Amino acid sequence: MLKSKHLIGLEHFPTSDLNKIIDTSFKFKDILKTEDRKAILLKGKTIVNMFFENSTRTKISFSLAEKRLGADSINFSASTSSVKKGETLKDTVQNIESMKIDGAVIRHGDPGSALKLTEYIDGSVINAGDGSHEHPTQAILDMVTLKEKFGKINGLKIGIIGDILNSRVARSDIFALKKLGAEIVVCGPSTLLPSDAKKLGINITYNLNEVLKWCDAVIALRIQLERMHLGRIPSKREYHSEFGLTFERISKLKKDIVIMHPGPMNRGVEIDSKVADSDNAVILDQVLNGVASRMSILYLLLGEGGMK
Amino acid sequence: MIPSKSTRKVLLKSGRIIDPFSKKTFIGDILIENGKIAKIGEKIQSKGKDFNIVDCKGLIVTHGFCDIHAHFREPGREDKETLESGSYAALGGGFTQVCTMANTDPTIDSPEHIYYVVSKSSKLPIDIFPIGAVSKGLKGEDLTEMLLMQKNGAIAFSDDGMPIQNAQFMKLALTYAKMLNVPIMNHAEDIFLRNNGVMNASSTSNNLGLKGNTSLAEAVMVYRDLLLAQSLSSKLHLLHISTKETVELLKKFKNKNSPITAEVSPHHLFFIDEDVNKFDTMIKVAPPVRGKDDRKALIEGIKSGLIDCIATDHAPHTIEDKETTFNDAEFGMIGLESCFGAVNKVLVKENGMSLKSLIEKLTVNPRKVMSLEQNLFSIGCKAQITVLNPNEKWTFKNEHILSKSSNSPFLGKELIGRVKYVVSKNQFFSL
Repeated sequence: MLKSKHLIGLEHFPTSDLNKIIDTSFKFKDILKTEDRKAILLKGKTIVNMFFENSTRTKISFSLAEKRLGADSINFSASTSSVKKGETLKDTVQNIESMKIDGAVIRHGDPGSALKLTEYIDGSVINAGDGSHEHPTQAILDMVTLKEKFGKINGLKIGIIGDILNSRVARSDIFALKKLGAEIVVCGPSTLLPSDAKKLGINITYNLNEVLKWCDAVIALRIQLERMHLGRIPSKREYHSEFGLTFERISKLKKDIVIMHPGPMNRGVEIDSKVADSDNAVILDQVLNGVASRMSILYLLLGEGGMK
Repeated sequence: MIPSKSTRKVLLKSGRIIDPFSKKTFIGDILIENGKIAKIGEKIQSKGKDFNIVDCKGLIVTHGFCDIHAHFREPGREDKETLESGSYAALGGGFTQVCTMANTDPTIDSPEHIYYVVSKSSKLPIDIFPIGAVSKGLKGEDLTEMLLMQKNGAIAFSDDGMPIQNAQFMKLALTYAKMLNVPIMNHAEDIFLRNNGVMNASSTSNNLGLKGNTSLAEAVMVYRDLLLAQSLSSKLHLLHISTKETVELLKKFKNKNSPITAEVSPHHLFFIDEDVNKFDTMIKVAPPVRGKDDRKALIEGIKSGLIDCIATDHAPHTIEDKETTFNDAEFGMIGLESCFGAVNKVLVKENGMSLKSLIEKLTVNPRKVMSLEQNLFSIGCKAQITVLNPNEKWTFKNEHILSKSSNSPFLGKELIGRVKYVVSKNQFFSL
């Protein structure tokens, strides 16, 4: 049983719920490995996927998870809907709600939009990324990947590299890793790091080589190239040279570290192709774990395993 | 060019040695072998014929001066100054290290440009450290590749000449430079308050009918920069401060641990706005020379240590740039060769500052701002030495200028204190 009805963010999410979701994910992963790949556990449940912002991985991953669970899902994307005609979030959602749905997955550009949604609908809300706030399902799949690789998360040393300030993935990963007892160092240009690292309980450094020497696994974040024009980073070249997971850096290490990236990658900027495609990289494992994790999340929130 | 000899074996004899690092003063000798400090002490023996023995009796022997603010105009305006001609101008003023500003043409705003200046300077008789631009093209919009520029030899970052108007950009620049632990050196003048002023806003500018530049143009931006640097704990260096308001702000913000440093230029200590009374374009400079009270506050500021160092803002211009109307003339003046004679006269001879203290403002203090080696009289250190006569009165003339340009308001002025010899980069120079 979960204590939570929604998955909005991990900052205030109960650790027991988080652990339960992670553990259940492995069961779904086993199912995904069978020939049938299905577990009809959400038969008759209706889920709406509301994507107000572009997405490839997350959208497909949720759709697939819903199909594997036998749920009825409908997709909604802002670019082809009445949002374009000026309809407010509230009206859009309440109209969808009146069509009787059990759960909603929302991706939106504004922080707080997932939480707002819980006021408008009765079903469970799952945040698939709200602006620079949180991306809890990505963090959960990252935790599943780490646990799969190391057998545990407690005591792991994790480096997170890149735009920590604006990244919802970084924020959710930090909350999850802290709850599960990992040590975290974040690294990136000073203009993209939070100034209140102490409050977050994390360490900050500008020296990537030090982080790589120290950590068991490293999560490279996508660098949003539009940030360059806002004066926060001067060039791709400088970013790659100082904060890129380059082949040279990784091959100099006297140990193996696990390399993760939430995608989409800017190859040649935050990560070299040779590194992304290396044996150390678990980037494609993350994708498969994403389906298993989302099956686990949907099942536990909407199905039998959920809150009564 | 200045006549030079090798420094295979040079003995500076019987000078008054002032070591601004250890803060010791004593009469003694310095032996230089193969360009390095070999021995410092009393009555060092000189055996053999190949010694260059220099009698320094009655002279001061101290560290080579360091100027953290000069414009050498290369690349782009080699007719005004080159890295080489600037080096000789520096030696003429007793400077063995100079940091050059980025507002050349093209701007020094990439690692490749830094590399150009560093490699072109490597064989010159002084150390040249390029200061990189903070923003691409000095536009105040996009950060330069500071990390890569530092790796190529950039010592600090400045858009000098172009004040950074956008406070958010200044904040980002200070934040980014924090990674490098180097100062952002801002030319603090609010361009809107400056209002196209060509001299200090005062009764003199009124009488002359020239547009005034209010001291608030500097103070307002200095206040902004101090607030930002303090809140971010980022290194900030205030360039060529000129007003009493800025000195007051420094009092308010500066303490032992604050990452804030400031410089004052010789011309702001020497001249006041009333000296512009004959539309003398040589005194046209940005920020302008200010009023009597401002000059007094600057003198007190440098004496008390509130202002860290003296920097020349050496800014060469052609004759035609200055032989025109006051409005049309370029801003800036050369300052390396006349520096010591001017500041020694004003500060030591007229305002009671100790010579030792003045030397600190020209040696250890500027090096500290730039994190350069300060313990220059340690054995084995590459010799950077300036020998000077602090009491010699002389009139500054064209013949004393080694720069390619001669735009100096000090021409014809009596100065006190003169550099006699300089040891720099394996060479002994006799001025």
